Amino acid sequence: MIGLTVASQVKQTLASLKSIHAGLQNLAITSTDEETKRVFHENMLISEEIINDVKSRIGELEFEEPEYKGF
Amino acid sequence: MPEWVEVIIRSLAIIAGLFFISKLLGKKQLSKLSFFEYVVGITIGDIAGTLSMDTNLNLTNGIISIAIWVMIPVIISFISMKSPSFQQFIEGKPTVFIKNGKIMEENLKKEKYPLAALLEQLRKNNVHHASDVEFAILETTGELSILLKKEKQPITVGDIKTNVAPVKEPQTVIMDGKIMDEALSTTGLNRRWLKEKLDQLGVAVENVFLAQVDSYGQLTVDLYDDKVKVPEPVEKQLLLSSLKKVEADFELYALQTENTEAKNMYIKNRKKIAEMIKTLTPFLQG
Repeated sequence: MIGLTVASQVKQTLASLKSIHAGLQNLAITSTDEETKRVFHENMLISEEIINDVKSRIGELEFEEPEYKGF
Repeated sequence: MPEWVEVIIRSLAIIAGLFFISKLLGKKQLSKLSFFEYVVGITIGDIAGTLSMDTNLNLTNGIISIAIWVMIPVIISFISMKSPSFQQFIEGKPTVFIKNGKIMEENLKKEKYPLAALLEQLRKNNVHHASDVEFAILETTGELSILLKKEKQPITVGDIKTNVAPVKEPQTVIMDGKIMDEALSTTGLNRRWLKEKLDQLGVAVENVFLAQVDSYGQLTVDLYDDKVKVPEPVEKQLLLSSLKKVEADFELYALQTENTEAKNMYIKNRKKIAEMIKTLTPFLQG
């Protein structure tokens, strides 16, 4: 990741987290076992918390590196 | 009417009759039969066959006779369901042949079961050492049921792993190119979802001979064209490796940043991700 700003690195991580969230949501819906559904659902909620933390951090980084905002 | 016509009519009538009778008797009769049930079955077959062929026999009498032979086992089954002691009187009791690893010679004698016959039954069940057996019982049907000593039993998943993800039965959603709507609704999914999944694989419903959905909602298909390779579903594995990558990212960011608050945030979330990986691995790896 040489040459990328910190903000864009973290944005890539955010994108991965979003797809993890979508994947867990999907699995929670399509699984037929009750315990399995519960586990996927709970972890989906945890991933939401993490996404929020990362979004705030990206906000701070963009404030510090305004020329790279929006990448 | 000419005799051969009467034979055709008799035969068809009796076949139909026997079919309905077997439906009435249910599934238990078709599984391992006790000696009594076996003999009754043969006798009914014999009467039915003779009746079909011999036009001198009175058809009504024949049918009454078959009805009796059929009803008696039905009545016996019914009473056996209600009264365990009656059931034991009819079927007898199973006999213990091996207990605590020791052969019960007295019981073998009682059942007139030679030792050679016992060893043969064991070998049929892939047991060559009588000393491997903890418990063996001769059932009323004549079959030998065997419990091996624990150290001789094959290992199960539960022996190796502690956190095993539960699994439910798969559903067959396409059979011979036709969508099975009832099975599909049991999974909680619909035709639109199925068509979407098939589009992702690049196949049409008409190409699919067999399609099954597992308890995670993962679809596997078998196509009519055996030369085409269909990719295996990898969504779960990709999700797991995605999580591991995010964990590594957080670790890196925690080291890179000079901002204390950010550092702590990354450390906290790295731990959360690590927990997620721990909980989800049994579910995502299988």
